[in-house]
Amino acid sequence: MTCLVDLLSPEVAESTAALLADLNVRVDVPDAQTCCGQPAFNAGYPSVARRTARTLLEAFDRSTTVVAPSGSCAAMIRLHLPRLFEGTREADRARELASKTFELSEFLVDVLGVERIAGVFPSTVAYHDSCHGLRGLRLGDQGRRLLTGIEGLRLVEMERSDTCCGFGGTFSIRLPELATAMADDELARARAVGADVLVGGDTGCLMHLAGRAARTGGPRPMHLALLLAEARGLRASPAP
Amino acid sequence: MSTFRERARTLLATPGLGSAIGHAMDVRAETRQHAFGDADFEALRQTARAIRAHTIASLPEYLERFADAAEASGARVFFASTAGEAVAHIGRIVREHGGRLVVKSKSMVTEEIELTAALERDGAEVVETDLGEHIVQIAQERPSHITVPAVHKTRAQVRELFERVYGARLSDDPAQITRFARDVLRDRFLNADVGITGVNFGVASTGSLVIVTNEGNGRMCTSLPPVHIAVMGMERLVPTFRELSVLLPLLTASATGQRITSYVNVVNGPRRTDEPDGPEELHIVVVDNGRSALLPTEYRPVLNCIRCGACQNVCPVFRHVGGHAYGSVYGGPIGAVLTPLMEGFTRAGDLPHASTLCAACSDACPVGIPLHDLLIGLRRDAAAERASRAERVGFALWGRVWGSAPGYRASVRLARAGQRLFARGGRLGRAPFPLSRWTAGRDLPALAKRPFRDTWRRAGGA
Repeated sequence: MTCLVDLLSPEVAESTAALLADLNVRVDVPDAQTCCGQPAFNAGYPSVARRTARTLLEAFDRSTTVVAPSGSCAAMIRLHLPRLFEGTREADRARELASKTFELSEFLVDVLGVERIAGVFPSTVAYHDSCHGLRGLRLGDQGRRLLTGIEGLRLVEMERSDTCCGFGGTFSIRLPELATAMADDELARARAVGADVLVGGDTGCLMHLAGRAARTGGPRPMHLALLLAEARGLRASPAP
Repeated sequence: MSTFRERARTLLATPGLGSAIGHAMDVRAETRQHAFGDADFEALRQTARAIRAHTIASLPEYLERFADAAEASGARVFFASTAGEAVAHIGRIVREHGGRLVVKSKSMVTEEIELTAALERDGAEVVETDLGEHIVQIAQERPSHITVPAVHKTRAQVRELFERVYGARLSDDPAQITRFARDVLRDRFLNADVGITGVNFGVASTGSLVIVTNEGNGRMCTSLPPVHIAVMGMERLVPTFRELSVLLPLLTASATGQRITSYVNVVNGPRRTDEPDGPEELHIVVVDNGRSALLPTEYRPVLNCIRCGACQNVCPVFRHVGGHAYGSVYGGPIGAVLTPLMEGFTRAGDLPHASTLCAACSDACPVGIPLHDLLIGLRRDAAAERASRAERVGFALWGRVWGSAPGYRASVRLARAGQRLFARGGRLGRAPFPLSRWTAGRDLPALAKRPFRDTWRRAGGA
């Protein structure tokens, strides 16, 4: 369970666990995990990243499959950890972890073979492809496909839905004016196609977009797991 | 020296700039799609990358072959190891020919070595003949895009500029402005003492220079003045015309969405005795200026670059601020990689952070440069060389604390106690530095009352 989800959006974590359990997956959240190390790795501190990422190698040693409700963290584990631990004692474990890690929508569609998730969620939804899922893990339309079975949900396509929202981890703090300009661009594109919900698979992007939308208005950014769980009645929709 | 953030802030506040660049970039994305048509971009890219990697790996040999062949056809070749050497050599040639009027076609490497300013100090009049480059020159600015130097200017701004500089009365109609510019430039071409061009590709087997333009100004520079000086970055070689046939359409398709540009000029030596036109002298200046130092490093792939600007066209950061934000000749992702490598971290250490690492650049690059990975490498090098003590200590401490689950939990408890001062209704509208940078434009979600992992553990797992 990724740090941002753990600390800022536990409801996304609960939804993820509930969805998986609903699909008869035995879920465990190993206690030893902290962080995949991405913040430090992307900021230029690989040895610091190794330090926190090591907790994942420990934590998931006995798991058969690791699923993260984040394309970004999954990409860090799959693409960067093997390189980060190359030549160390943990190299094999890093490779093994990489080979059994999946992003949530990818796991549901490609591994479990889920075609559609039945449920109800009356809304007009635009999908935000997060960069690390899209260009890192090469995710396709898994997320969108999962929405097609939901009653009342109209999926609309934004222009340039593959464009970065401007979160970018430390970028959002180092260059806040650019980050917010990019968020405005994204929210405007979602608004232009009449979306009232902007769905994505990464809490980082979503909290950035939601933080901006709270100031300027615009569609409600929402994690895919949360939407699916609410649509399916696995958790009560919060009072508006 | 201003920072990227300061420049970006100014440019973000410039009315119309973001939409002008954004529009141009969207048009480019569309035409590019069209130019590649059904071609298998990935297969082409793999071939192109292999060609570039092979050429760069054997660069000294190919340079020697290129110079021998070029000299055999009558050109004079000079290797400049620094910008200063290149500029001094070119200045000498121009002076020797009493060069008062120099016409130039678009060239990034001449921008890089700041050639025009040096020649002007020597008393020469230097005229940029590519329309976009000419606009930038008379506006006394720098190009803001590798292949579209005046992308940051609107039609109306261009008209006003021409009216102010040339005292003409013009409309916003691009055709009229272009016609006017052509008249101005035609006169300069006919009277120029020296023509200076860049080089898109040098063919090692024959010593040929390949120059692509859409306005025909390149061949005017190479054929009308009595002296032609071609300035080439040392990495711009292809082994033979066979490899050129792969890279040339890839360059034009990636740059402007054309299968081929209107003019492709191939220059083989100066005018021969039986030829009616062409320059009497051809000088080729091969510029190193820090490039060979990259050969043994992890940044070598950046030498694959063919200067198409595709990474700029797709970059969401570039889209909002344009090339001027990067404070150097090369803007966008390629600039964020190249500039710190060439100018050092003291001047350009913040550029590797001018990216969200969204990897759109790496995906668009037709020669497979992993730009976003190189940016991460540069962040690491920059951190080691010049990060503040606060940042270094901060990350080290973070790693130590989050290096174990109990540490993680303790830090979260502490942060939650701290946020009570700021959180209202599950959100933070303002927060202390550095989070204040976030909350200036966005709300920040408060830490949850109970982290999920705690809930899970207390429930005994599920």
